[in-house]
Amino acid sequence: MDWTALSVSLRLAGLTCLFLLPIGVWLGRTLATAHFRGKGLCEALVALPLVLPPTVLGFYLLQQFGRDAPLGSMWASFTGGGLNFTFSGILLASLIANLPFAIQPIQRAFENVPTNLREAAWCSGLSPWQTFLRIELPLVWPGILSAVALTFAHTLGEFGVILMVGGAIDGETRTLAIAIYDRVQAFDEQGAARMSALLLLVSLTTLGLVYGLAGRRRWVRG
Amino acid sequence: MRILLLACLLFIAAPVFAGAPIIAAASNLQFALEESAERFTQQTGHTLRLNFGSSGNFRRQIAQGAPFELFLSANESFVKALYQEGHVDNEGVLYARGRLAWAQPKGKYPPPDPHAPLNGVHEAIAALDEGLRQRIAIASPEHAPYGVAAQEVLQNAGLWETTEPLRIQGENVSQTLQFALSDDARGGLVAYSLVLASTLSERSEFVLIPETWHTPLYQRMVLTPQAGDVAQAFYAWLQQAEAQTIFQQYGFNTD
Repeated sequence: MDWTALSVSLRLAGLTCLFLLPIGVWLGRTLATAHFRGKGLCEALVALPLVLPPTVLGFYLLQQFGRDAPLGSMWASFTGGGLNFTFSGILLASLIANLPFAIQPIQRAFENVPTNLREAAWCSGLSPWQTFLRIELPLVWPGILSAVALTFAHTLGEFGVILMVGGAIDGETRTLAIAIYDRVQAFDEQGAARMSALLLLVSLTTLGLVYGLAGRRRWVRG
Repeated sequence: MRILLLACLLFIAAPVFAGAPIIAAASNLQFALEESAERFTQQTGHTLRLNFGSSGNFRRQIAQGAPFELFLSANESFVKALYQEGHVDNEGVLYARGRLAWAQPKGKYPPPDPHAPLNGVHEAIAALDEGLRQRIAIASPEHAPYGVAAQEVLQNAGLWETTEPLRIQGENVSQTLQFALSDDARGGLVAYSLVLASTLSERSEFVLIPETWHTPLYQRMVLTPQAGDVAQAFYAWLQQAEAQTIFQQYGFNTD
C-alpha cells in the first residue's frame, strides 16, 4: 500500500471539497434563482468538465500553468514557484475538473425550494441572510451533502488531468489513482490490487453514505 | 469557525514529503535502478524518490520546469537536447547501453529462435492471412527510445507495413512488455533489462535482437540545475563499479 499516495489523494480530495463548497453554494443558488442573459452559457461552462476528455482539460491547464502563460506567470509572481508538477497545480486543476460535481447537485436542490416560501419568510420579517440560513439551507442540505460526496469521490478517482498537470511526483502529485497505474507498470499486480480495492471501498462507502442519508430524508418527508 | 479555519490552514501547510530528491528514469530501468537506489540508501542512509516513465515525456517535463534533480534517459539525444536548450548545465554522462529483445508469453507458441529472432513476427503475419490477429507490441516511437529502435528493426527487416494491422503501442516500454505478454499478443519488441527481472522471467520467453539491427541505445543521465547533495552523490555512485555491475546483471552493456 502506498500510504504517501493515499495521503496526497485524501489531502487533494479534502481541500477540493473545502474550496468548492462555498463556490458551489453561491453559484448553485445563483444559477437556480437568478435569470440573466448568458445563463445557458454559464451552465454549459460548469458542465463542460463532465464531457471534456481529461487529456483535453489537462492539456489546456498544462499550457496555462506554464511560467510563460498568463496564469502561470501571475501565480509565480505571487508565490515564486510554478504551478505545473506541484500540489497547488493539481489542486487548481482538481477545482476546475470538479465544478459540475460540486455545483449541479446544489443547483438542483435550490431549484426545488419554492419561490413563495422565500417570499413568505421575507414577509415574516426575516432578512435575506436569515432566510438563507434558517429556511433554505436546511432544505438544500441533502444537495450539498451529495455535492461534497461526489466531489470527494471523483477527486480520489481523477486520473488523466492530474497525470498531465502533476507528472506523478512521489509525495507531491502522485495520487492513489496514479500510484495504481505505476504499480501496474512496475508489474506489481498485488500492490495495484490492494490499492484498487481500497479506492473501490472508499468510493462505495462515500456514495452509499450520501444516498443512504438523502434517501432516509426523502422517506421521512414523504 | 476560527478553529475550523485554523484546522484548514494546518491542513494546507502540511509538509509535502520534503527532502528526498526526485529522480526521473526511463521505464526500462524499473528494476535495475530500484536495486541501485536500495543499495545506495543502505550505504548512505539517503532516500530517493524514483519516477519511471518514457524518456520523451520526462524530457518535456524538465523543459517545463518539473522538479526532478537527476534524469536517466533511455536515449542520449533527449539529454543533449535539454543541454542545447539550456535546461541543464552539461551533457551528462553515458551510464549504459541498452539492448532490445523479442519477448513472448511463456509456453504458448514455438520457442524463440536465437538465429531468427523475428520468427514470432513472421508467424503473426502468417496467422493474419488465416484470419487470426496476433498482436505485436512496441513502445510508442514518438517518445519512447525503445519504440524508435523497435520501429527501425521492423523497417530494416521490411516488416513495418505488414505488421501495421498487428501493432499495439505502449506508452512506455514497461507497458509495452505488459501488452506483449497479454493473451491477445504474439509478443513484442521490448527492453532486455525488463525481461531479465525475476518477476517477469518466469512469465516470458525471450531472445536478444542483434545490436546492429538498430541505432545503438546509448543511455545518458544528467543532473538538473536543481540537484542537491544527495542527487549529486547518487549520480557519482551510479558511475562506480558496484552500480555498473547491477546494470550488467540486468543486461546492459556498460563498457
